[in-house]
Amino acid sequence: MGAGKELRTEEMVLNVGPQHPSTHGVFRLVAKIDGETITEATPVIGYLHRGTEKLGESLNYTQIIPYTDRMDYLAGMTNNYMMVHTVETMMGIEVPERAEYIRVIAMELQRFASHQVWFGTYLLDIGALSPFLFAFKDREKILGLLNELSGARLTFNYMRIGGVKWDVPEGWLDRVKAVVDEMRVSIEGYHQLVSGNQIFLNRVKGIGVVTQEDAINYSLSGVPLRSTGIKWDLRKDMPYSIYDRFTFEVPTQTSGDCYARYVIRMEEMTQSLNIIEQALKQFPQGGEIMGKVPRMIRPPQGEAYTRIEAPRGEIGAYVMSKGKDKPYRIKFRRPSFANLQILPKMLKGASMADMVAILGSIDIVLGEVDG
Amino acid sequence: MGQYLEQPLSWTNGLIFAGAAVALLGIVLFFVMYAIFFQRKILGWMQLRIGPNRVGPWGLFQTVADVFKLLLKEDIIPKKADKALFIIAPVLAFVPSFLVLAVMPFTENWHFADIGGGLLFYLAISSLTVIGVITGGWASNNKYGLIGAMRGAAQMISYEIPLVLSVVGIILMTGSLNLIDIVEKQQSMGVWFAFAQLPAFIIFIIAQLAELGRSPFDLLEAESELISGYHVEYSGFRFAFFMLTEYVYIFAMASLTTVLFLGGWSPMFGLDFIPGIIWFALKMGAIVFFIFWLHATMPRIRIDQLMKLGWKVLIPLALLNIFITAIVKTAFM
Repeated sequence: MGAGKELRTEEMVLNVGPQHPSTHGVFRLVAKIDGETITEATPVIGYLHRGTEKLGESLNYTQIIPYTDRMDYLAGMTNNYMMVHTVETMMGIEVPERAEYIRVIAMELQRFASHQVWFGTYLLDIGALSPFLFAFKDREKILGLLNELSGARLTFNYMRIGGVKWDVPEGWLDRVKAVVDEMRVSIEGYHQLVSGNQIFLNRVKGIGVVTQEDAINYSLSGVPLRSTGIKWDLRKDMPYSIYDRFTFEVPTQTSGDCYARYVIRMEEMTQSLNIIEQALKQFPQGGEIMGKVPRMIRPPQGEAYTRIEAPRGEIGAYVMSKGKDKPYRIKFRRPSFANLQILPKMLKGASMADMVAILGSIDIVLGEVDG
Repeated sequence: MGQYLEQPLSWTNGLIFAGAAVALLGIVLFFVMYAIFFQRKILGWMQLRIGPNRVGPWGLFQTVADVFKLLLKEDIIPKKADKALFIIAPVLAFVPSFLVLAVMPFTENWHFADIGGGLLFYLAISSLTVIGVITGGWASNNKYGLIGAMRGAAQMISYEIPLVLSVVGIILMTGSLNLIDIVEKQQSMGVWFAFAQLPAFIIFIIAQLAELGRSPFDLLEAESELISGYHVEYSGFRFAFFMLTEYVYIFAMASLTTVLFLGGWSPMFGLDFIPGIIWFALKMGAIVFFIFWLHATMPRIRIDQLMKLGWKVLIPLALLNIFITAIVKTAFM
């Protein structure tokens, strides 16, 4: 190149997905890259849109519950609860204590299993193969427990308005206790394998930083919000079900990077186990599993919105009722969808390798993003 | 084997030599097949699963079946690919990987060319593979392939330097570039260069992993970001060639490490009755196992961190090692 003549370079538009191993499903990202640096990223979503909300309008309330399983298919229990909780609130149904305890144990097991999937796939994104298999092998035990409870491994369709479908099987609580103890050992193993690895730390520290202001402006919730130092967990701050009876910590970090999100999720797994242990201790001896529910579920005319803390953030259901057995309008606040909105901002200036680390740290489930 | 090279060329020794080369190719292909098999088995055990066990007894023919599958597949050349380059790239990558074995002494008698600059020959020829990688990535007209090829070029060229610099200490201590001389020097010293040149050994192992593109430096393949990097558009036997290159290089690199740092064929613990070739195979096997072990354990490093590690840490350390070796040599030997 002569003086004054510069090497001509141009940006390249790179289509990441919808078939790409690190987009966790059918997510597509149109990235403009300059060398390996991303200058602009546009998420394209909707490949898995099934119109759950519209479908709900032609179903009665019990029939909607299995559809919620299929939104965030890694956390069916919390989704079930989100739906029944709204209707119970509208109708003022009292849920028996035994059912509440079963629900809490199921939901915390679910949170743990969901974070395990995240842990495994995140490390796979970063390039480590084995944690994925370790995490999935351990998760199998939890899925086994939930299978015993509901008869399904992922799409449970377990909770009902006013209670739960089945009572706990014989000896189930003891098996939960045993699995909780095993999981404590597993978490220790995950930490030993990954948490101190310098290559891992280099890949996640200071990457994908979210400021507190941005987190609030983009309406982040769950782990991405807590990673910026805001202590906000609905289980603690607006207790639903019987969460006010347990003592647990809400882990927060201040750095707002991928590492902070990693640390929080790992700590949340331990906290979930703490909650399960307390719930097992307090578990009532006998009692009903279904409350007094009218044969036809017709919430009174009006609207209601309740939200709970799902593994991925705040999940909520808005139900508008005209007094019929089917909702007039139903709307879900899906945390994966809300948390994903900050992605273009986080990706700006990041490298291709950071892209997968950042996307993975948000922890999206495409079934939930697309609704 | 080497003595045939020194005789004038005749039909007899020419045929013997060619036959030996074919035999070596056979051995290497056998190694590649079972290296892949053992990689999968080792990964399986480390990840608490069984690994391949369906084809043949204990799954021993799994890789054979895989290779046949690859060979029988339709040969796909993307429409917009640069056809000539696309076809030649796997060959460009593979030939040097096999060529370097020409100077590898497996024992003092089992080797092909016993040339004075054996080590230099190895290092020079092995760096040619990057041309195949770049050509493949560029010719396939795929953006992921291109990024993978660019990364590969940057990585391989950067890590060539610490790799070469780290063995300079050995060359200084031996006073020769001949690989047989290097092993004999270790025998006469009574200590492996792995201990006598410990910093060089560590640098060599790291640089070697980067050269091979193995975990944690498997950036040029990086399946979670780049799907599979430079050979993303390749399928069938052309892909098999890239795969073959990778594993032949593991064979070659593990052999080189054995020769340079682990005393080659010389026995351990005074167990002289075991033939040298077995010792060589054992030491090489240990290196290969180490590479697979890391594959199961390590996350992937990022490209800029890889560059930083290479240029800012490994090269200065290698230079320092040369400096210290030179001082020690002039002062005490």
